Amino acid sequence: MKFSRLAFAVASVCVLSGGALAAQAQAPAGDAARGKAIFARVGCYTCHGFEGQGGVGPKLAPGPVRAWPVFSTFVRTTSRDMPPFTTRNLTDQELADIYAYLTAVPASPAPASIPLLMQLGGRSGLPCKRALPCPGAPLFYAPTA
Amino acid sequence: MSGSDKQPRIERRQFLKGAAAAGPALAAASLVSPQAAQAAQTPAGAAAPATMAVREQHPPGTGQPLAPGYVVGGDHMTDCLRALDIEYVASCPGSTFRGFQESIINYGGNKKPEFLTALHEDSSVHFAMGYAKITGKPMAAMIHGVVGVQHASMAIYNAFGDQVPVYIIAGNLLSEWGRRPGAEAAHSSTDQAQMVRDYIKWDEQPTTLRDFSNAAARCYEAAVSGAPGPVMLTADADMQEEAIHEDHKADLRLPKIGRRIPASADSGTVQELATMLCNAENPVLSLDRYGNNDKSIPLMVELAEALQAPVIDTRGRMNFPNRHPLNVSDIGGPYLRNADVVLAVEPRDLFGMVMALDDEDVRTPRPRIGQNTKVVRLGISHTSQKPNYGGSQRYAPADLDIQADAQGTMPALIEAVKRMAKPNFAARGERIANQTKNLLERAKAEAAYGWDASPISTARLCAEIWDQIKNEEYTVPTETNFLSSWPQRLWVMDKYYNFLGRSGGWGVGYNSAAAIGAALANKPHGRVTVALAGDGDFMMAPGVIWTAAHHQIPILFVIHNNRGYHQETMHLQRMANRRNRAVTTADIGTTIKDPNMDFAMMAKSMGVYSEGPVSNPVDLRPAIQRALAVVKRGEPAVLDIVAQPR
Repeated sequence: MKFSRLAFAVASVCVLSGGALAAQAQAPAGDAARGKAIFARVGCYTCHGFEGQGGVGPKLAPGPVRAWPVFSTFVRTTSRDMPPFTTRNLTDQELADIYAYLTAVPASPAPASIPLLMQLGGRSGLPCKRALPCPGAPLFYAPTA
Repeated sequence: MSGSDKQPRIERRQFLKGAAAAGPALAAASLVSPQAAQAAQTPAGAAAPATMAVREQHPPGTGQPLAPGYVVGGDHMTDCLRALDIEYVASCPGSTFRGFQESIINYGGNKKPEFLTALHEDSSVHFAMGYAKITGKPMAAMIHGVVGVQHASMAIYNAFGDQVPVYIIAGNLLSEWGRRPGAEAAHSSTDQAQMVRDYIKWDEQPTTLRDFSNAAARCYEAAVSGAPGPVMLTADADMQEEAIHEDHKADLRLPKIGRRIPASADSGTVQELATMLCNAENPVLSLDRYGNNDKSIPLMVELAEALQAPVIDTRGRMNFPNRHPLNVSDIGGPYLRNADVVLAVEPRDLFGMVMALDDEDVRTPRPRIGQNTKVVRLGISHTSQKPNYGGSQRYAPADLDIQADAQGTMPALIEAVKRMAKPNFAARGERIANQTKNLLERAKAEAAYGWDASPISTARLCAEIWDQIKNEEYTVPTETNFLSSWPQRLWVMDKYYNFLGRSGGWGVGYNSAAAIGAALANKPHGRVTVALAGDGDFMMAPGVIWTAAHHQIPILFVIHNNRGYHQETMHLQRMANRRNRAVTTADIGTTIKDPNMDFAMMAKSMGVYSEGPVSNPVDLRPAIQRALAVVKRGEPAVLDIVAQPR
């Protein structure tokens, strides 16, 4: 457990400084189509969604996908809600295929290009008409009920 | 009940009447003067003991039709329900309450209370839960002796866990003397409430008709008082069918329930709490089962704004407007860690509010709060807990435990806080507002991920629905965590009935059935009820949509079809992974596919408008439009949406 936590900590540090590490470590060649199938077969989709868009687990794609060293270290060593995938359950090649799939997921449309999302309203409520307890307090909301 | 043969035999009612008549007669002979015995046979209004008079006026117990001028126990029971203002009786029929049911229909005219036909006792209780969360008052769930109680028990557990008043009436045949062999004997018990007593607030089994109204009243009071919950009133079948002369019906008192004033904290305690909150640098309000009526949210808004303090809504109910600038529910972690005072309002489980526990090999709790954070619990939601069944995790003490109704305490607390408010509150409020102002934009960006995916993303599903109900008064009566809480992130929710919280016991089947009860309660208000129920949940109680069709209950019933009990798929995958064994088998026993179900066809077979399976996001909008048109005609509509797991 302690080792795994340490590994997670290392991975987290790598996330913070991921840009430099990413440049140093190239992901092995992978097959995106095969990776998509593996992503579903080994159950990544259960927490991250079929597209890697996130769900119970965080979003993995579309990019930027975390650098390969961070990504692979996390998958192999995490001990939190997501248990580690050993090579017995996921070979190095399969992991590389998944990585290829995630990096190939096309970018999502910008929210601004989706009218449905842009129509979503902002703050609810009405301007507050009550005398607030202290001068200058923000006016937020008056109950409408 | 009577047979066609002419052999003399003792039948249940006949024997009961004979015994009942003989008993008081003997009593009168031995204990009461002749004058008193004579008085016992006088009509209503006389001073004679009612029970005695009633029993001596029984018609001959020959199995003949009810003699003119007589009514039955079930009629009185019906009057009792009416006196308690119970509008509906949800029920899957059972012979142990046939006498009561017939009375409700033919004596009571099937109005207040009206029968709501359920196809499973579990659904009856869940209907009542959804209804109570909207109306604040109990619906009765009438369930069959023994087997009905067993069927209903999981839903009763949900109601207990969620602190929802449900008035359960269970049939029974207490006296073994007249039980027929087979079903009647099997469906009778000496103490059937024992099965569920660990998770009901109160139960009674009156043994005389005269006692029935008292028992009915006590059960009602227990259901709605303090932390609400389910109660069970056992209605004996003999009593339901017992005949009484209508002149004596008035001797049987009806229950009367007066106004209830919840206990609020005393002024000294309120002042102490206000002082703590106003002196705190970083107070946090954390809300669980607080928002239960139309006054709840405005009061909490007033308190939060008086303090300019951040609010975390744990979504046990709809507690606080989701777009309010002080609502930090989705970014609450840092606020809790930095808090010097946390006011936990109506928490069911304080430990879960202040500590985190991940699903790891070794479960070590992580504090959500700082070492020196003072925790104040305000509420009564924890007071109904019982030892055998959980709902709570480890024990977590409060530094100040104010056992008073939170909403009842709000007005005094708000006033006290306003009197002590400090100028620096304003800056705190501005700071929080700056941190929350981009939450919606962030949600939009995240909703765009997988926007065009098939299966359809849950974000897209929720956005498409919202676009078509945003100008309606609406209720989401179902749990939203299975949809990544997208309604809370994308919609505008600011009324207590916009969202009804969770099941209470995480018992599957709640969502689909509770939604129907909520829709029934919403019907007179013209609110649109939008159920977002999982396919697994729906298959626990598919008959609920038949109930909606039969009773013309309008509801947009969206099946979030992820083809499985997805939570369990994740669990199995996690187990296999943790044990370094095959992770590709997590769908065994957890998924609902091969073959895929056709929920639209299922709904059609029950007379319900339906469409699906819809798996292309482009088809969502017109499908929702058509379904909503049906709902606005006053009917239910089902959409089977093949969607992402969460």
